[in-house]
Amino acid sequence: MTDHAQRVGEARDSVPTARRAAMAVLADAHADEIEQGLRAVAAPIDYVELRPVETGLVMLCGRIGGEGAPFNLGEATVTRAAVQIPSGEVGFAYILGRDHKKARLSAVCDALWQSKLHRDAVEAHVLAPVRTRVAAERAQRRAQTAATKVDFFTLVRGED
Amino acid sequence: MAAPAPAFPEPVLASAVLFRAVMDAFARPGEVKPIAGAPAAPAPLSPTAAALATGLLDYETPVWLDPVLSEHARVGNWIRLHTGARVTADPRLAAFAFMADPEHALAFDTFSLGTADYPDRSTTLVLQVRGFGVGTPLSLRGPGIADVRSFSSSPLPSDFAARLIANRALFPRGVDVILVSPDAVAALPRSVHVVEERT
Amino acid sequence: MYVAVKGGERAIENAHALLADVRRGDRSVPDISLAQITEQLALAVDRVMSEGSLYDRGLAALAIKQARGDLIEAIFLLRAFRTTCPRFGASEPLDTASMDVRRRISAVFKDLPGGQVLGPTFDYTHRLLDHGLADQAAVAPPVEAAADTAPMRPVTDLLAHDDLIERFAATDDARAVGDLTRDPLSFPAARDVRLQNLARGDEGFLLALGYSTQRGYGRTHPFAGEIRFGEVEVEFFAEEVGFALPLGTIAVTECQMVNQFKGSASEPPRFTRGYGLAFGQSERKAMSMALVDRALRARELGEEVKAPAQDEEFVLSHSDNIQATGFVEHLKLPHHVDFQAELGLVRQLRAEFAAAGRDGDNDGHTALQDAAE
Repeated sequence: MTDHAQRVGEARDSVPTARRAAMAVLADAHADEIEQGLRAVAAPIDYVELRPVETGLVMLCGRIGGEGAPFNLGEATVTRAAVQIPSGEVGFAYILGRDHKKARLSAVCDALWQSKLHRDAVEAHVLAPVRTRVAAERAQRRAQTAATKVDFFTLVRGED
Repeated sequence: MAAPAPAFPEPVLASAVLFRAVMDAFARPGEVKPIAGAPAAPAPLSPTAAALATGLLDYETPVWLDPVLSEHARVGNWIRLHTGARVTADPRLAAFAFMADPEHALAFDTFSLGTADYPDRSTTLVLQVRGFGVGTPLSLRGPGIADVRSFSSSPLPSDFAARLIANRALFPRGVDVILVSPDAVAALPRSVHVVEERT
Repeated sequence: MYVAVKGGERAIENAHALLADVRRGDRSVPDISLAQITEQLALAVDRVMSEGSLYDRGLAALAIKQARGDLIEAIFLLRAFRTTCPRFGASEPLDTASMDVRRRISAVFKDLPGGQVLGPTFDYTHRLLDHGLADQAAVAPPVEAAADTAPMRPVTDLLAHDDLIERFAATDDARAVGDLTRDPLSFPAARDVRLQNLARGDEGFLLALGYSTQRGYGRTHPFAGEIRFGEVEVEFFAEEVGFALPLGTIAVTECQMVNQFKGSASEPPRFTRGYGLAFGQSERKAMSMALVDRALRARELGEEVKAPAQDEEFVLSHSDNIQATGFVEHLKLPHHVDFQAELGLVRQLRAEFAAAGRDGDNDGHTALQDAAE
């Protein structure tokens, strides 16, 4: 196994699952949603950028045959941020796209989420509404998709 | 985790200026080029060494830190945050090796010397020095030097000249050496011929 | 020989102004918005992302607008843009088996777990031009039905149950993944590099090559085992964070071709496979890529390399439409000096030809003609 694969594997055992789940919600959020939610968490929010918000590329990898060794498929724009809040927590965000505001606000949320003082508020005001919206959109898409599923059973003519 | 420090105010411009200085230093071995340091570098990584790190390292360049640097978690954390580089404990895997204590540097052939097909896949050593124009003078000849250039810096391993001569014998394989003082940088690429001056 | 540089500059500036004008066109017609392109010309956006090798719908839309709809020009713009961005690293391999599927069909099994899900497809339209679309009439919302919550297992898993199909081990082996954006193409090329090349390759070129394999230029006997389109999660291991972060989701199309079975003295015959993966809903691209992938495996599967689609150097050296157009369009650059030399040569040959005609001897080669050839 490569050094990298081993480290990812080891890290996977210690992945902060809940934190990762929170980040996944933020990745689906709009910048405005996060901003609005944060107002209910703390206003104004004090933070310092540890590294300027930056847009770069991540090379996306597929698997040969969908299951085998990795291959490089093509790149995606990704924007990342790293911030620190006064209580010391360091928040990170890496999101698809070029939205600097979204990356910055996501990183702030990540920092606040790590703080015992703010986690519940972040869950309630930022993450929960996004989860609801995304779940509804996903459900609608799945329902629309399901309607296009072929039903091979023939209809039996009933008695008149 | 101890707080990593904030970064460059204008990273793109700063890294372009720095890269140009290092490139010029390699083109003219032994010439001293002024460079600016990174604000709030994590000691004992010096501000100018930190600036080099931000200019030269990225996720594809594993970096090795000498015992003085690796003793403090903040150095590795700062490098990971600002460059994305992976810190490796294996000098043979390192694209760059940073040393705050060059006097006790590992033998150069502990690092990657490149291969015949890819001599560039060798380690570039970055040595933190106190200054230039001090210490045992060396006579440098070779590409980028008109005739002969006198070069000195401190602190360096006592067998520095012998190391460079042995390194030159491996050409095109071998390591390249960057020396960085509190306000300047100089480079000794593997192409340089060294003669220890007798003064 | 002097070229009037200032005149050239002025002509170029004026040409750019003219280009901007014709790009905009009739000012009484509304200016096309990027949102209109991403929403309503989504498949053009998908192609530009795939061949530009950059997943960013907004940038692809901008490129299409700037290129006046010339998709290869748009791809060129994305390729150039990519060079201005730093790379943070590589993602974790996409897990297409966990895809949030919007379309999934299989030509090898009729009734399969998860079913045949048509999704938004042109396949059953009658290809009659719909003049109604010119009226910009409102579109009714699509029908909904109860969604199946069971995950859609890949068809290759179903065939693998009886060991009927070749599998590829999920290695993250010691050898680093090949990267054409870092190392030049060299031959023989490993399969990871071939797939990267094909993923960025021109759809038309791959379509023609795939078609050729069906017409007998390399016989791979393909079946569409599965084609699926939908969204997959992207994860990225950030060094400074220490674990794999979720970045969001992207849409991809995956094609598994099931091909001619192969066995040996030691191995029982199994179906072989071709694989295609593309950004967005790019079905034709994914299918063509899978056909060509299988053809290029001729060497490793012990097949004679006879057909163009099996010729690795031919396929991989000519698949990139930016490289191709670069060389083709470079012919527009001044070749004045070269051509002067050619003119001189032709004139001399004609003089010799005429002279030989006068002397009654036209069939001998002159030394000069030999030199010209």
